[in-house]
Order: sequence, then C-alpha cells, then structure tokens
Amino acid sequence: MAKVTFTANIQRHVECPEVVAAGATLREVLDRVFEQHLRARSYFLDDQAGLRTHIAVFIDGQLALDRRYLTDPVAPHSNIFVAQALSGG
Amino acid sequence: MNDWLWVSTRKGLFGVAYRGGSWRIERTDFLGDNVTLTLTDHRCGRTYAALDHGHFGVKLHRFDADGWREIASPVYPPRPPGLEENDMWGRPIPWSTQKIWALQAGGVDVPGEVWCGTIPGGVFRSPDHGASWQLVHSLWEHPMRPRWMGGGMDLPGVHSILVDPRDSRCIWVAVSTGGIWYTADAGESWSQRGDGMRAEHMPVESMHDPIAQDVHCLAQCAAAPHRMWVQHHNGIFVSSDEGRHFTELTDVAPSAFGFPVVVHPVDPDTAWFVPEIKDEKRIPRDGRLVVNRTRDGGRSFQTLREGLPQQHAYDVVYRHALAIDDTGTRLAFGSTTGNLWVSDDQGDRWINVAHTLPPIYAVRFSERS
Repeated sequence: MAKVTFTANIQRHVECPEVVAAGATLREVLDRVFEQHLRARSYFLDDQAGLRTHIAVFIDGQLALDRRYLTDPVAPHSNIFVAQALSGG
Repeated sequence: MNDWLWVSTRKGLFGVAYRGGSWRIERTDFLGDNVTLTLTDHRCGRTYAALDHGHFGVKLHRFDADGWREIASPVYPPRPPGLEENDMWGRPIPWSTQKIWALQAGGVDVPGEVWCGTIPGGVFRSPDHGASWQLVHSLWEHPMRPRWMGGGMDLPGVHSILVDPRDSRCIWVAVSTGGIWYTADAGESWSQRGDGMRAEHMPVESMHDPIAQDVHCLAQCAAAPHRMWVQHHNGIFVSSDEGRHFTELTDVAPSAFGFPVVVHPVDPDTAWFVPEIKDEKRIPRDGRLVVNRTRDGGRSFQTLREGLPQQHAYDVVYRHALAIDDTGTRLAFGSTTGNLWVSDDQGDRWINVAHTLPPIYAVRFSERS
C-alpha cells in the first residue's frame, strides 16, 4: 500500500496523520484516505473533487499532473506527499 | 444598545465588548486566519464565522454553547458533464465556493433557515443552522445568470441577502455585478429588480440594464421593508417600492462612491455611507475620513467627521465593515488599515476603539458573547 503524508501546515486546521492506503491511482488512494479522515477531504479537494488550486501532490517525488481527475498512477509502495504549494516570495 | 462587536479581519476574529463605559477587545479567535464575515442569528443566538484558508479552501464555523466548531460549508454540485461555461475573461467558471460573501438568517417562522451568498455567484440555503447546505438551483441555473460578471473580483458574487421581515419567502439578493434579484417563493423562481440604476462604466446601450448594475451593498429598513438603499459602484440609489425602481441621488459630497450602506432599523429615511474617491483610487477624499448620513431619504446629507482622522487617512471601508445596532443609535465601522470606530449618537461623534488590528473585512453587532 502507498504511504500518504500531509504537509505539517494542515495539522492546525484538521488532523491528518500519516496513513497507508491501497489504490492504483491517486484518486483511489485519496478516496480511501478520506474515508478515514472525512473532514480533511475539503481541505485538499475542491467542490468538484479536483485538487485545490494551491495544493500539490508528489508521487515518489514526481508532481501529480492530473489535478482534475487524479488519474496519476500509484505503485504498491509509493510515497505520496500532499503539500501546499508556495505562492509569492 | 448592542454591547458586542464581532470584527472579522485578515488575521483573525475579534470580539469587542462595551464594558464600564469603554470598548475593549475581549476575545480573539482564529488568530492568524482570514475571517471574512460573521452572522449572529438573533433568533437563537448562534454566531457563524466564514473563514478563507486560501490553499485549504473556505470553511464555516459556528459558535455554540461549547465554543466554535467547524460545520458544513456550501459546496457546489458536480458540474454536468460537457457543460462549458466561461467567465468574461474566457476562463471556466469554477463550480466551487471561492468566497462566502453573504450570510443571512431566515425568517422567524423558519428557525433553522440560513442563507449564504458566494463567489462565483451561487446562493445556498441551510434548513438546519448550517449543518447542511443546498445550492439554490433556480438562481444558479437561471438563463440570465451567465450575464453576471466579475466586479472588483474576477468572478461575480452575491454579497447582500435580505429576507422580508413580513414574509420569509420573499428574498432579495444583490450581485456584483448582476444587479438585484428577487424571489417571492423562497427561491423557487427569481426575477430581476432594479430599474432606474445606472452603470456609468458600461456602454450606453446597456448602461441602464438592471443586470449590468454593480451593486456594492443593498440595505433595507426592517420596519419599512419597502425602502431600500443601494451603495452602487458609481452612486447612491434609493427605492420606495421594494427595489422595483430606484432613484439616483446625485448631489452627494464629498463622493457618491463607496462600499457599505446601513439603514436605520425604524426610520427608512435615515441611512449612512462611507464615501471615497471613485473608483480607481478608492481612498478618502483629501485624506479625510468621513461618514455621510441622510435623515430625509436622500434629499440632503450630513458629512460627519468628529473623531475621525482628517489628514493622511487612507482607510477603505468594505461593504460589510459598517454596522448599525438594533436600536439605530450605535454604529461601528472598521477599515483596511485596522482602525475600528464606534459612535453612540448615530455618527455625530466617533471614538477609535482600536488602530492596530489587521485589515478589517466585516463588523457586526451582537448581544454579548
């Protein structure tokens, strides 16, 4: 299963511990994560279930590119990092 | 008079109390977070706070007996597959809440009902004190809604919602830009209001089109709901027939431009404004911060300045940052430079309560927290 880690900056808003979850795509993995942490979902996904504008996801160090449907593939032991993109200086 | 103020700022929510003859900050909540608006529901005492976490989206919190807790936020339904809808710049309109720009309690006969206006233009209704929200599809899917445009924001937004105190099914909403919309059946159907308004920035062919109007704020007299006041992008307008027709007030010094308007809760002829230089500068004229008041339905205005800075003042007062209390005697307003003023005599004299707050987005009176 993939290991999913969230930016430390989210923790003061909503608890997002490191978790493991199965799935072949980013969507499948995150769906399983948010089943366990329902309140966290809206902090990362917008109303249409795409990534929020300033949220970035890295799968094994590579930026996930499909921000709308989250179809980027995930390997069985991938490391997924959910970050807030830096904006400004 | 109401002795409590909720002050929403770029860096937190401040509760300011009148105690022992003076005002002081007694609560600080959500410190560091962008609080855009509050609503205290006078029917039940609950207070709502809208937060914009930027990266992490828009959230709503409610203050209950045991303190603040996050509640549901308005969420747009899935965009129908294949639907293409672009804004005035040709970019797709997001079906996603960008900002909570209006919160309004429903009528006394629907105790759980709360209304919410958003950017990009959706109105939401909660039947259960904000535990759940439903998009008002009839307005979002109205065939004229695609003609709404961004004003100061890139996207159109609903910033004013008024519920008729005589009939809770009758509701007005104001859009920047998109004019005024009215429902008499609790949101099942909508019609445009606002004949007589004038958008001087528009081409002459559409200058008087009600849907082209950039209403900055819409206010209604609680005791005389037929009387409505509009602070508009290029002027002040008043209606005596529930918003069907408006008359422009042109002789307003130092300026008819501004964002907020409040009206006395009993006297429909008395209203207050905060004038600024329009519109690309948006600062007080000559660096002098003043409040304008009319007591005669707009035939004349008094410019009130006692207690307000009269040199090098560059305070901007946003549309939700001027408030009047239930008695119509006490007013308060906050500015983008973190100043907060209160008047106990309808604006004749102002006292500065704080001058180092973060930029103030909204000021609302409440009963003591």
